Formats: sequence, structure tokens, C-alpha cells
Amino acid sequence: MSGNPLLELAQDIVGKARAAGASDAEVTIAEGEEFSANVRMREVENLKEAGSRGAGLRILIGKRTGASYTSDLSGEGIAHLVKSAIELADITTEDPHAGLPDPDEFGRVEGDLGLYSASVAELDTGFKIEIAKRAEDAALTTDPRISNSEGASFDNYVGQHIFANSRGFAGAYRSSYCSLSTSPVARDGDSMERDYWYTMARDFAGLEAPEYVGRMAAQRALRRLNAVKVETQKVPVIFEPRTARSLLDNIFEAVHGMSVYRHESFLAGKLGEKVSSECVTLIDDGTIPGLFGTSPFDDEGVASRRTMVIERGVLKNYMLNTYAARKLGMKTTGSASRGLTGNAGIGHGNFFLEKGVQTPEQLIAGIPNGFYVTELMGFGVNVVTGDYSRGAAGLWIRNGELAFAVSEVTIAGNLNEMLLGIEAVANDLEFRGSVAAPTIKMGEMTVGGK
Amino acid sequence: MQFSESIFAARFGITRQDLEGYLGEALSQGGDYADLYFEYLLTSSISIDESMVKSAAQGVSMGVGVRVIAGERTGYAYSDDLAPEKIRKAANVAAHIASAPAKVEKFDLNEGRKHNLYPVITAPTETAFTERVELVKRADRAARAYDPRIFQVQAMYADNLRQVLVATSDGRLSVDRQPLSRLSVSALARQDGGAPQRGHAGGGGRMELDYFLKEKTPEDFAREAAREAIAMLDSVEAPAGEMTVVLGPGWPGILLHEAVGHGLEADFNRKGVSAFSGRMGQKVASELCTIVDDGTIGNRRGSLNVDDEGQPTKRNVLIENGVLRGYLQDKLSSTLLGTESTGSGRRESYAHIPMPRMTNTFMLAGESDPEEIIRSVPKGLYCVNFGGGQVDITSGNFVFSASESYFIEDGKLTRPVRNATLIGNGPEALKYVSMVGNDLRLDEGIGTCGKDGQSVPVGVGIPTIKIDKMTVGGTA
Repeated sequence: MSGNPLLELAQDIVGKARAAGASDAEVTIAEGEEFSANVRMREVENLKEAGSRGAGLRILIGKRTGASYTSDLSGEGIAHLVKSAIELADITTEDPHAGLPDPDEFGRVEGDLGLYSASVAELDTGFKIEIAKRAEDAALTTDPRISNSEGASFDNYVGQHIFANSRGFAGAYRSSYCSLSTSPVARDGDSMERDYWYTMARDFAGLEAPEYVGRMAAQRALRRLNAVKVETQKVPVIFEPRTARSLLDNIFEAVHGMSVYRHESFLAGKLGEKVSSECVTLIDDGTIPGLFGTSPFDDEGVASRRTMVIERGVLKNYMLNTYAARKLGMKTTGSASRGLTGNAGIGHGNFFLEKGVQTPEQLIAGIPNGFYVTELMGFGVNVVTGDYSRGAAGLWIRNGELAFAVSEVTIAGNLNEMLLGIEAVANDLEFRGSVAAPTIKMGEMTVGGK
Repeated sequence: MQFSESIFAARFGITRQDLEGYLGEALSQGGDYADLYFEYLLTSSISIDESMVKSAAQGVSMGVGVRVIAGERTGYAYSDDLAPEKIRKAANVAAHIASAPAKVEKFDLNEGRKHNLYPVITAPTETAFTERVELVKRADRAARAYDPRIFQVQAMYADNLRQVLVATSDGRLSVDRQPLSRLSVSALARQDGGAPQRGHAGGGGRMELDYFLKEKTPEDFAREAAREAIAMLDSVEAPAGEMTVVLGPGWPGILLHEAVGHGLEADFNRKGVSAFSGRMGQKVASELCTIVDDGTIGNRRGSLNVDDEGQPTKRNVLIENGVLRGYLQDKLSSTLLGTESTGSGRRESYAHIPMPRMTNTFMLAGESDPEEIIRSVPKGLYCVNFGGGQVDITSGNFVFSASESYFIEDGKLTRPVRNATLIGNGPEALKYVSMVGNDLRLDEGIGTCGKDGQSVPVGVGIPTIKIDKMTVGGTA
């Protein structure tokens, strides 16, 4: 139908699976070419370049499922792929909720979503190395205390994603990105600190200037120097955008349909309730052109869309694929996500917190004694109970100003109370990936230190 | 196994002459060193949720990575197609890192001696699915039978069989067959409509399926997961601030992985960006601490006969009686530092550049009776189960999260504590180790380590130890 050989291959695999006894089948094919150039201390360190592709198949025989994947797209490889998936249906259990989406749910967002720029594949290697060198050099020349570097890297990718199923859905889309990052090391006496900055876009023109990336990274590393450990205390806490994003990752896990139907989430059973302060409006939108969470359809062939997750503090929707939606008696939110194989999981589009009106500086200015968190470490978040305890580093706030660096401390609370305790959301929303948040001010958390 | 018996020779018809030819292409622009890493990987996984086997999957992936080193520069390319023209193309792309006439003309590939640490005849991946699916069903039943308050159980079994071939321009030819399997169980408990609590357990290694039938059964892991979930029903929130911490034996060895292991990887030290850089021979832990990284322990998850650069793995002493003794070296760092590889070059797959990595990292046993260690603490925290950890190599700050702990009051274990994050600084934290138990235990075989986006299986181990001062992050 399209002259796209991989799309035709996907449909062919669906046909072969049906012929082998599958009552339904879904096929994903991914193809991509990656390139990366790393420079360190102004010399090329690594160059990497390659292309790869693979196919994944999921079949249903009645209400039993089986899945397989292969990187071998030869006739023999495909025959093995089909046989592998079919034989697994013998060991899985009949699951009344298993199955493809309902027929009226298939669809796609039409029009150009700005996911692909052919120019990315044409960038010259020497040019990309030069861009990385400029970013690192800008970091190294920012301040004499930037004495070392973990390097800079320029990466780019172009790829194609294909999905076809036995209900007649077949779709393909191309995507591209390029990114630039650098990670300088600052030193002052015995204190040594590293930080990074990066920029990412669908095409080269969308990147921040290499000099800006280098200076941002250097300033971030410098301001961490000579950090101290503070006394254990309860204070207001500000999450800068980078750490606020990780808080959104935690909320995503809690509104993840699978966690919800298994009662593995502190937000299970709270639809329609106030779960957060009124300044919180959290949206998932997979349709915003050019962004990294955008796609025309999800990994079950359901159209991407905009879903209100939390509206002015009230929990409005969970993130659902077809399976979780059926378990909960709801409708899919077009959030199915999977790699090449297995049952569909749940992912997000552009998952972001709506911006407020105050500047980050205004948020800080109102705090006599508090903690501005620039880095979070470790995995101390329990989404079942909401318990939250993570390693942290950042800057101490004294009389409304960022006063000195702090590290080797923890911040702890409970996500239930933390969400209700968000006092303000700033206006500095930027999309630097598929999860985005402005600066957030949290009422009070326990800082663990001396 | 010999090269001639490997899948690459037997099924794909690759010969020594082919390998020498590809290495020649890789060095055609004058690099110092080249290697080829062929991989053929079979994987399978089965999971149960709500007592239904909802998912089963299997797959195959294969490919070859070609690396060329010229001074400090690395060129890398890979192909997921093992056709000769595709391999030659990858070799030519990687070759472009160098820019000089070819130096080497002939490669004499020899198969060296290597360990036989996992003499597995039939890998779990090669057994019938009907046998493997029973593991998750048994785990589900056993966890639910443990206590009526258990209301959700998930179990997942996964295995893989990785066949690799490494050929290097300095004449090394290694083949290995690396089976790996793991069973993990997660249970949720609830009482009187209160908040649910989770327990988790799992294990495995490089062994036959029989291991799960005879040595560590699904019931063992299921009961352990259920036990933790039930124990946490009465738990209180973690305290905050500095206190005495006692770590139980086994998996809490993740402390060593984060606090010192990563900081001793040679690439960070060669570049001078680790908090341990330039500290060789210095005291970085109490003299009770001797820490090794050992890739040669039979059947362990972190063990390998040869590393992913074809070098036999070793037992490497990192810290001896508190003094820093060694880094973990791969080919590139050891060449640039003028020393030997420690068999620590690892990569996630053929699509990844190798780096220095850990294998099984643990502290040697001391002399104290574990009960005596707990009795010696008037007030502190005893941590027995952990989630993950993370380290900032440069500042040396690390964290790891205890999912199950107990207060120690007057030398006795009292209330259970949940979700305690421990934080410290690598070169400082272990100076406060004041007692080391005689009960060294290795973990059950569930660890996966991430570095620069590459995941590899690892092991950890530790005896019961007492740390006089460590910051605990809680709310209470």
C-alpha cells in the first residue's frame, strides 16, 4: 500500500502468524542508525556509528498470548519468529482481559508532527566533532577552577518505527534527533565536583549553541564546589526543573494503569479526589509537534492524544493501555508502549506540569531558610506507600538567596503529603525531553544531614 | 569450548582466516589495536500476575562489534548481520579513527587457557518451556500460601544464553558460552484496610535449571518476598540524621559496589575524575576492610570465563586492610597506564564499547560474631534488604536504599523500619567500619549494574559489618 518494504514485511509477518494459527497478531519493527562522537580534553575520544533493526511479534490464540523478537529479518529468521511466538501460547493462561484494542479505537494523529528531519543524517562527522569540541572548550575556559572534563559528546539518530496488526491497522513514522552534552569537572583544593548540561532537538537547528551548553555545565559544576553537610532539619524545599522532572517520573509511576489495578500505587482508587495542591495541573500530551514524547499512534495502534492527569489538584485520569483500561473498566488513553516484544506496557507522551506565573527567583526570595535541590540520587521512592527518601545535593537558601553548596544529605517525605504541600509552580517550563516541569516550591520536607 | 565448536564457526561458517581478514581491514588505517566481538544471544522470559501467566516471550539477536584503538582514540562500528560484506563494512567504518598507513600485516590467533566456571551442559534457555513455567506458578502459590494478608503476587523468570567470540589483533581468540537465569518474586501485603507493603526476593546465576528445583526453589524466594512484605506491615518511617548502622550479610554488599567499586574503575582514574584518583597506597577504609572483585567464582551471576575483551577474569584485590591496592582495568586503560588488564573489560552487547566494570565485589570475612555486633550497639539501625544504589564518582557521594531495616535499641533488634536511604562519601565512609563479622555471604544473584547506559550482571557480598557513623535519610 505504501512502497515501504518494512511496513510490507510487518503486514507479511501478521499474515504468516494468522496462517500459523494465531487469532490475532501485532508486529513492531524498529530500524535506526546511530552516531556518536565523544571528545575529551579537546581530543577525539570515541567515534561510533552503526545501524540496526529488529522485529517483534505478539500473537493471541483466543485469550492466550505469546511473544517473540528477532534481529534476523531473513525468511528463515521470520519463520522462526512466528513459530517462537505461537508455541508460547501453550504455556500462558487464558486471560479474559487480553486482546487487541476495540475496533473504534485504532487511529492516528494526521499531519506533520515534526518528528523527522532528513538533515540530521547528512551532518558531516568533522562538523559534529567540532561542535562537541566547542562545547567542551567553552566549559574549560569558563573559569580556572574547571581543570578537567569527562568530555563532550554529539549524538544523532534517525530511525523508523512500524506497527501493524491483524485488525488492519498499519502505520509507520520516521523520527530523528541530535543532542549535545558536556560534563566538566571543577576543582578547588580538595573539593572536586562534576555536573553537566545538554541540549536535544529533532534537527540541528533546534539545538542550543555549543558555547551556551559549555558555560551552563561549567557554572553548574562550579556552584557545587566546597559543599557542606547541613544539620538535620525540616525546611521548605525547592526543586529546580531538572529535579522536578524526576518528581514527575514518580507521579507517572503512580498513575500507571498497571500499578493502579494491582493496588501498587498510593494514587490507586483516588480518581476525582484532591491529591495535590491547586497550583498543580499535570498533562500528558503526545500530539505536540516536534517534542520528544510525540507520536502519531501508540504501540497498539491507538491515536496519541492529550490527557488531563491532574487538574488544579484533582486526579482526573490514569495512564492506560488497552489491558489496564479493561481491568479498570475504563478506556485506553493511547499510552501503550513496548520495545520489540512482550505485551504492551504503558508509557507517556509529553508528560508535563503546567507553568505558573512567578519566576523561580520570586519563589526563592520568599524563603528565609531552605534547600534548593539540584541533584537527586538513588531509588528511595516507594510508589506503593508514597514513602520518599533520596540522596540530594544543591544550594542552601538563606534570607531569600542561594547562599552556599550542600551535599551528602537526604530529603525525605511522603509523596501524598508532598503533592498536597506544593506551594507554588514557577513559570520556567522548558521541554528538554518527554518529561518537563518548571521549578516547584514544596512546603516542608525533612533534610537529613549531620 | 573451542573456536571450531562455536556457533560462529559451526553455523555461520566463520574461519580463522575470515577473522584475520576482518582485523586487517580494521587496522587498514594504521590503528594500534583492533578487536572483534561476535555475539549470538537467546533470551526468554515468563511472568505471572494475579495467578495468570500473562506473558511469555523469547527472542534471538546477533551481531558483531568492531573496535579500533589509536592512541587514546576509539573507533567503533557494529552490524547485526553476520554476512562478510557487512562485517567488512563495519571494520572499515571503525578503521577511520586512525589515519596512517597500516602497520600490522599478519595476525596469529591463538586460543589461550581459560576458566570453566559454569560447566553447564543444558542451559535453562535450551529446556522445555513447560518446565520453566512451573517456576513462576510455584512461586505464586507459595507466596499466597504464606499468609492470608498477601493479596498480590508477581513472579518473573528470565534466562538467556549468550555465545561470544572475541578475536584481537594481539592474537587472542576466545569463545565462551554464558548461560544466565534469574527468578524474582514480588508480594504485596495489607491488613485492616491499611496501606499495602511490598516484599521482594530473587536469585539465580550461571547454572542449570536444576538449581531452581534442588538448591533454591521458587518456594524459597516466594516465602522470603512474602516474609518481607508481612514484616513491613508493622514498620515505622525511617529516622533522619547520623547514626550507627549495622549492615546484614549478603545483598547489603551493594554498599561496596557504590562506595568504592565504581570509583576504582580505571577509566575514571586515568582521567583523574574519580574521588579515588591519585590515592593508590593510601588508607581509604578501616584496617578491618579487605575488598576484592572476583570474576572467577563458580556459577555466580557476575562471573565470566573471559571478559568481553577475551581476557580471562581474575580475583583482584581493591582494598587490603584499608589501603587502596588496585584499580579495575580494561584493555584501553591498562595500555595507557602501562599496566595489565585485570580481566574487567565488559560491555552490554555487540553494540557497545567495552569499559572497566565490576564482576562480584565483596568484603572478606572478619572475626566478630554477628550477634555480638548487634549487641554492641546501644542505638542504631540494622539494614538487611536493599533496593538500588547510585554514586557520583567525582564527589564520591553515594546512596543506597534499605527496603527493610530494624531499630537497634540497647543491643536488641526492635521495630521494623521501611525506606531508609543511606548516604555517604566513598573514600570516607568505610573508615568508620569498627566491626566485621565472620559471616561473609554473597547475594542471591539479582544484581544489574548500569554505567554510561550499559547494563551488565554483577554480584556483591559482605559479612555483617558495623559502621559507627553514617547519615540516614528518613522523616522521623
